Amino acid sequence: MTERIIIAVLYVILAPFVIGLLDGFDRKISARMQGRRGPSVLQPFFDLKKLFEKEFLTANKSQLFMIRSYLVFIVLSGILFFGGFDILLVVFSLSTAAMFLILASTSTHSPYSAQGTHRELVQIMSCEPMELLVAVGFYLATKTFNVNEIIAGSAISNIVYLPGFFVGFVFILTIKFRKSPFDIATSHHAHQEVIKGVTSEMVGKEYGMVTLAEWYENAILLGIVGLFFLNSNPVSIVGAIIAILVVWFLEILIDNTSARVKWQLMLKLAWGVTIIAAGMNLFLLEIIMG
Amino acid sequence: MSTIHKSPWLLHYDGSSCNGCDIEVLACTTPVYDVERFGVINTGNPMHADIFLITGGINSQNESVVKQIYEQMPQPKVVIAVGTCACTGGIFKECYNIKGGADTVIPVDIYVPGCAARPESIIDGVVKGVALFKEKAEALKAAEK
Repeated sequence: MTERIIIAVLYVILAPFVIGLLDGFDRKISARMQGRRGPSVLQPFFDLKKLFEKEFLTANKSQLFMIRSYLVFIVLSGILFFGGFDILLVVFSLSTAAMFLILASTSTHSPYSAQGTHRELVQIMSCEPMELLVAVGFYLATKTFNVNEIIAGSAISNIVYLPGFFVGFVFILTIKFRKSPFDIATSHHAHQEVIKGVTSEMVGKEYGMVTLAEWYENAILLGIVGLFFLNSNPVSIVGAIIAILVVWFLEILIDNTSARVKWQLMLKLAWGVTIIAAGMNLFLLEIIMG
Repeated sequence: MSTIHKSPWLLHYDGSSCNGCDIEVLACTTPVYDVERFGVINTGNPMHADIFLITGGINSQNESVVKQIYEQMPQPKVVIAVGTCACTGGIFKECYNIKGGADTVIPVDIYVPGCAARPESIIDGVVKGVALFKEKAEALKAAEK
């Protein structure tokens, strides 16, 4: 139990630094892919620090409360995940957090926020089935939702049983990380035709908190990627880290080589991949394990 | 140590320019000039912007727009007028609908002359603007204390 508490505390302290640094490398690698020098790898930290130093102007005071709740629920989901609790609970807690982001962006009357919120809802609709199916997949393979037991239960990594779920999950990660071609609600990049979508009306520290919450969320999502590769053998941690880095690089590559698509195509593609990849895997798993 | 100057986010607004300066501003973000290496991001949202980069003169239609954008930007903020038109009104100065340069409606901190302003001089202006941004941030902090 002590070990689980230590990992959860480490998550709360280290996740922003690790993901912020990965984000810095993301911007550097993206710049190199475009033939530019790019900013320092510490740039995301400079940006975050600046956001907290800016004057706080807000159209609606309740927005700050919603954003704080968003951050708290994301961190709570992370504690549940890295503390080794129920993965189903993590998925539900993440959805609750997303609801607070929606409430925050609709609390102002900006048309840009409204547009962004609509698209954010479509994105949630595209991702949610796959997130839920990942939890179901782990249950079918290991007969438990408990993250700790999923890891400790077998000497074989779950990716062997769940390749379809993995493909589906990596596909929706592009949406979750707000990368092209799916950066519809708010782009990972600053320049965007609908201003900044859900975050349009978030000023200074509010936007800083949203950025921080996204880093915490990305840590959970990459943690789930790692969970596919972890098993009772401690050496599998190396495999999990390599898998996480490969998936991260793949997302940068997709981001830099694809044009943006409309939300209709996003929905069709996300659900298509979910049904085909995860659905087939689910079907086969039922036959083999059932 | 304050690192606020390492993250200047730009907002570009085209007043009534001929688009010559606008193209040069965009050229600054291309691989040749790459302003992102200074941490500059070209944002479209005044609420996230630190530096207001304005090209072209002010006319009676965009006067209120420029004022509103300026007011929506949180402190500390810096305004840079790029090109002769944004500095003084340029060749359009005598037109019936032109009020003059950007400083006729909002306080301008840095003037970058040129028709069109070269990317090198725009970057020079932005770098000066960034130094001023840091000064303003420190002054604001001192005033709060």
